[in-house]
Amino acid sequence: MHEHDVIVVGAGGAGLRAAIAAQEAGADVAIVSKLHPVRSHTGAAEGGINAALRDADSWQDHAYDTMKGSDYLGDAPAVEALCQESPEEVIQLEHWGMPFSREEDGRVSQRPFGGLSFPRTTYAGAETGHQMLHTMYEQVVKRGITVYDEWHVMELAVTDEDDPADRTCHGVVAYDIQSGEVSGFRAENGVILATGGMGQVFDHTTNAVANTGDGVAMAYRAGVPMEDMEFIQFHPTTLPSTGVLISEGVRGEGGILYNEDGERFMFEHGYANNDGELASRDVVSRAELTEVNEGRGIEDEYVHLDMRHLGEERILDRLENILHLAEDFEGADGLTEPMPVKPGQHYAMGGIETNEFGETAIGGLYAAGECACASVHGANRLGGNALPELIVFGKRAGRHAAGEEMGEAEITTGKDGDWEAADYEFDVAVGETGGQGPAAADGGAVATDPDGVLEAEVERAKARIEDLLARKGRNHAEIRSKVQKTMTANVNVFREEGRLEETLGDLREARESYKDVAVSDPSRTFNTDLIHTMETRNILDIAEALTMGALARREFRGAHWRKERQERDDENWLKHTLVSWNDGEPELWYKPTILEGENKTYEPKSRSY
Amino acid sequence: MSTQIPKQTDESSETDVDAEVASKGDERRDEKRRRAAEERARRQAEEAEKADDDEETIELKVFRYDPEIEGKQEPRFDTFHVPFTKGMTVLDALMYSRDTYDSSLTFRHSCRQAVCGSDAMFVNGGQKLACKTQIADLEEPIRVEPLPHADVRKDLVVDLEHFYDQMESVEPYFQTNEYPDGELEEQRQTRENREKIKMSTRCIWCSACMSSCNVAAGDNEYLGPAAINKAYRFAMDEREGEDIKQQRLEIIEQEHGVWRCQTQFSCTEVCPKDIPLTEHIQELKREAVKNNLKFW
Repeated sequence: MHEHDVIVVGAGGAGLRAAIAAQEAGADVAIVSKLHPVRSHTGAAEGGINAALRDADSWQDHAYDTMKGSDYLGDAPAVEALCQESPEEVIQLEHWGMPFSREEDGRVSQRPFGGLSFPRTTYAGAETGHQMLHTMYEQVVKRGITVYDEWHVMELAVTDEDDPADRTCHGVVAYDIQSGEVSGFRAENGVILATGGMGQVFDHTTNAVANTGDGVAMAYRAGVPMEDMEFIQFHPTTLPSTGVLISEGVRGEGGILYNEDGERFMFEHGYANNDGELASRDVVSRAELTEVNEGRGIEDEYVHLDMRHLGEERILDRLENILHLAEDFEGADGLTEPMPVKPGQHYAMGGIETNEFGETAIGGLYAAGECACASVHGANRLGGNALPELIVFGKRAGRHAAGEEMGEAEITTGKDGDWEAADYEFDVAVGETGGQGPAAADGGAVATDPDGVLEAEVERAKARIEDLLARKGRNHAEIRSKVQKTMTANVNVFREEGRLEETLGDLREARESYKDVAVSDPSRTFNTDLIHTMETRNILDIAEALTMGALARREFRGAHWRKERQERDDENWLKHTLVSWNDGEPELWYKPTILEGENKTYEPKSRSY
Repeated sequence: MSTQIPKQTDESSETDVDAEVASKGDERRDEKRRRAAEERARRQAEEAEKADDDEETIELKVFRYDPEIEGKQEPRFDTFHVPFTKGMTVLDALMYSRDTYDSSLTFRHSCRQAVCGSDAMFVNGGQKLACKTQIADLEEPIRVEPLPHADVRKDLVVDLEHFYDQMESVEPYFQTNEYPDGELEEQRQTRENREKIKMSTRCIWCSACMSSCNVAAGDNEYLGPAAINKAYRFAMDEREGEDIKQQRLEIIEQEHGVWRCQTQFSCTEVCPKDIPLTEHIQELKREAVKNNLKFW
């Protein structure tokens, strides 16, 4: 048993920032992560950090761009916090030594990014995330913060009152990948989930193999709703064979998209007459797939991204990393030929429902970063807005969990504020499949005694592992692959009712199969078979909630496009989707979007670029 | 592994935004599909012909060891046959082997794009990142082993604690006493200076260099190329003050520091991020000498 004031789960950008902030606020903090911090996927972020640093720019403009980009599904208090605090956080990173790209006068460089009214994307070459991750890990080392690396967090220790609002979180249960030991980590003040993305729900993704949405699924099963899960960003420029990301920075610097006929289709086919390649990501992704669907794609699969005209000097100075990625993972030489690109799953706008301080509906449980949904990205995230989210909300959650007084939140969590039940009947059963085994309902349902809940969860986790190792059955890999394939086929850029229902059916079958899952490697040493099997359970829960939200939302907003209604419907759908697990019986419900900011109301306008 | 475009199943499911454009697109798409099908058939025939001559599967010999499993306590090599696909990397082949033949095959990996530094291993006798090593560039059978000069935990997983300790022993964090006055002011750094440290900041902690270094193999206390490079990254950063640079030079000048390097360039050769490690170590030696002369 380990004890700390604050436990941070995950060691990417949000987790590291949260840990630093909690420690600065006086807490004894520890990070528990299934990867060593420098392995985190924040390191793969390329483009940059949006921050209104210059006199000609303002946080208000940044907030306006972000609300518009979100298709008015962002919550103003969270969006404004992001835009107000990002500049000081960027300066903080610089003071921690982060090697930003520089202007002639020695100040940090900024470049244009899609959907931005000012070139406010601060960057370090095309490896901004790598530099940010390492800079913050350096600070964690400097401060001597305890890191339990290669410990996989299995479940949260949450009490089991009927109403999730009455439940409290007292720690986590984790499995030491190196030794096979199961241990409890008691958190006196709070647990902060910073587990990152869930791209492994899909099979063509820019996300790492480790991005299985563990935190989202754990919080969900403990009673915290998942918010806006149907909003998945498909990045328009990923390499076709691997899904490796080619930064928006290429288009920011002037890169051009061409179809098979050599047409600059963003303009020539009227997808974005003003902004062209720099329209919002969802717009560009749909444009590319429309080109392919209408027969103008190359090899019926992809389009070309050309940066040759930028010249070798500029490319080497600002986009060198892109040359390596295109060469190593697609065999393309960006200096002499256009690079093949197509849309790939990139980012989850939705996640664990939180308020603007990172608090969830369960006392003592926080979330920050990609796994959380405050919401700053609404229906579509702007490029360059993910990294500032990590540091702004990581810091906020860290301070709050450490006990700093931060005032009253404007965003409500759970069913505290206005909410409405969904008026939707699913044809396919969802949720718990019944019976025993690894797919049986789990969550906080073991004890209401705050002192005993962690011990009880540890015992249950041990029993679960023994069961998975002892039983005979099927390997998780085929189940995971089936989920990824149906999600990519049917819950992609273009969505329609029949195919979404088909996927819900496929997911039901996958849940049934998971009842027979077993781990064939009996070892306690570095048993990745066991870890991956537990992750697959998380992938299943997320895929289901995501598809439920996508089916019910019959409108086109941001990244979510529905064939049945190809326009935004503010009258009926200006609201957040929430899915609650309810101990195995998923419930779909809605809460209103908050468009009232500090000094203004963000009136929904048509989103054209 | 590809993003599927939703296939239109029947007439009624066609997008009807603009019927004319759609039908034009249809015609063209059909024509293209015909062409593509012909092309595919031709290519397949070609490949089938080639496959008769060449191996269509590749042979992978993978080191196996598990301290607690009977039968694996004695290290051995297992052979896996993996169907070759264009662009396949060593990591792809390992994942295929694990997911298809033996789910206990164990190796670290995460990002698949050479930035997390998890999957450095010993491939055909050299330290490589599995994710950026193309199968097509390797001689068969491909021998995959854990990194040399590190304790093996299981299969291809090695103990990195010592590597991490060395990295963290060089005060690997930015230190300065002076910041600009303004509330939202960054420190200034010249482009030249940023360029000077750029390569050194690319380190992904994969430990390939440490594994390749003969000196590190013989002297367990030697800081090693990666840690010295980390020290270089800060010592050369003009934003840190002179007094801190002094302190950094003392760290790298210690008994098991830069002077141990015998400029064999093995670290530079294996670095997957092309960091000129040996040059950086040499430059620190020169800095240290200059610095010592200053105090004479």
